[in-house]
Amino acid sequence: MPNVQSLRCKECGRDYPQEPIYVCDFCFGPLEVNYDYDAIAKNISRESIQDGPLTIWRYDELLPASRDNAVNIGAGMTPLLKADNLGKELGLNNLWIKNDAANPTHSFKDRVVSVASTKAVEFDFDTIACASTGNLAGATAAHGAKAGMNTMVFIPSDLERGKILGAAVFGSVVLVNGNYDDVNRLCSELGDDRRWAFVNINMRPYYSEGSKSIGYELAEQLGWRAPQHVVVPVASGSLFTKVYKGLQEFAQLGIIDSADTKMHIAQPFGCSPVAKAFVEGVAHPKPVVPDTIAKSLAIGSPADGMYSVGIANKTGGSGTIVPESEISEGMKLLAETEGIFTETAGGVVISTLRRLAREGVIGPDEETVALITGTGLKTLEAIEDVVSTKTIDPTVRSFDEIVMGTAVN
Amino acid sequence: MPLRRVRFTFRTDLIQRPVIYELGKEFEIVTNIRRADVGQDTSWVVLELEGSVEEIDRGLAWVTEQGVEVSALEGDILAG
Repeated sequence: MPNVQSLRCKECGRDYPQEPIYVCDFCFGPLEVNYDYDAIAKNISRESIQDGPLTIWRYDELLPASRDNAVNIGAGMTPLLKADNLGKELGLNNLWIKNDAANPTHSFKDRVVSVASTKAVEFDFDTIACASTGNLAGATAAHGAKAGMNTMVFIPSDLERGKILGAAVFGSVVLVNGNYDDVNRLCSELGDDRRWAFVNINMRPYYSEGSKSIGYELAEQLGWRAPQHVVVPVASGSLFTKVYKGLQEFAQLGIIDSADTKMHIAQPFGCSPVAKAFVEGVAHPKPVVPDTIAKSLAIGSPADGMYSVGIANKTGGSGTIVPESEISEGMKLLAETEGIFTETAGGVVISTLRRLAREGVIGPDEETVALITGTGLKTLEAIEDVVSTKTIDPTVRSFDEIVMGTAVN
Repeated sequence: MPLRRVRFTFRTDLIQRPVIYELGKEFEIVTNIRRADVGQDTSWVVLELEGSVEEIDRGLAWVTEQGVEVSALEGDILAG
């Protein structure tokens, strides 16, 4: 790509050619795509973006691949909805929900995998792979199918049947008999051993760039400005750092005037290494063994945890640890007020938002975006205890008695 | 000889102990530190290990037993 100069080590700054590599040979720091922003500035404008497709590829000047060859099933340009009902409930008068459950496989992972699979084709891989307990599996399987690639999706064999079938419908899914650590270790070994495009290993520098599109969309959909606050669910921390990067790039290029957004980390109690590091004032999160119902946030050793803590500190953001019991409450609150059924990670975000509003970290009139990363239909078991239904006989009398609570004479 | 890149995270009470030296002495493993941060509360070291697969597995199991958190350089791969 003309706009990409190199892969650059985030730690020591060494440059590498654009290849399927992810770590600096010298210091083992992570590699990140390094762009020629002067060249981009000459080609990009609000108008050029608006003339583009209604997907993440409208921002391809700032992505590591061209829209012409994109593996595209329609990721991106998800709704940004004014959330007045939820806002009223929380005392926030300027609240928005970015609903990434509206992506093709119902989560934000379509953004990152669309970029990773496009690069995988460019690098002439014939197989695309990932290890996942949910959203990433579906996104990788779907994009692999669209690209006509062999797909290797590794899933722990004890995962809920619905999630397995939701990914398997697109093609090959491999169930691994083993726990979380076993699947991690196997995939780490396979990633070293096979010439596959592993989306979050050797494709990681490209894959993670896809998340920047959320930052771009927020700015565009708000009328070309950055919000004052964004609340982001954190797993590896990649999404968090890239939403921030997207907003900063737009400001740097003059697409928006400034990006002084405060970035807020949302994590569940059962897996909160990044939020805990922020709260304790420690730069580097300590690894944990995840034990949370928010499975999509269950990353005990977060690769971008340290960078996320740094950004939250730098922007005047925060880190919130949400009790497990509040996750389903958050899901229900969003559903009942805004008609959006989110996954458990979204429950973590809404409960974080509630705490930040209550504590005055977010002021009543400050423009705030809560990022909803996936649909609740994939995690139905999480809300079993907080929703109730009524069963009646097929008679008006039974309806009046049980549903309306009307005394019958 | 196989290589493995890992991150060790040390608790406060382990910071003064020469765990990496002991790893190289007790096992047939060559240790090569690439990046580190030693702080007051926690410390981490990113390093490369060279040795047979079995010896590295044994060595890492021993390090874990000592109370050091061992994680893959790329962090957890299994994502949601």
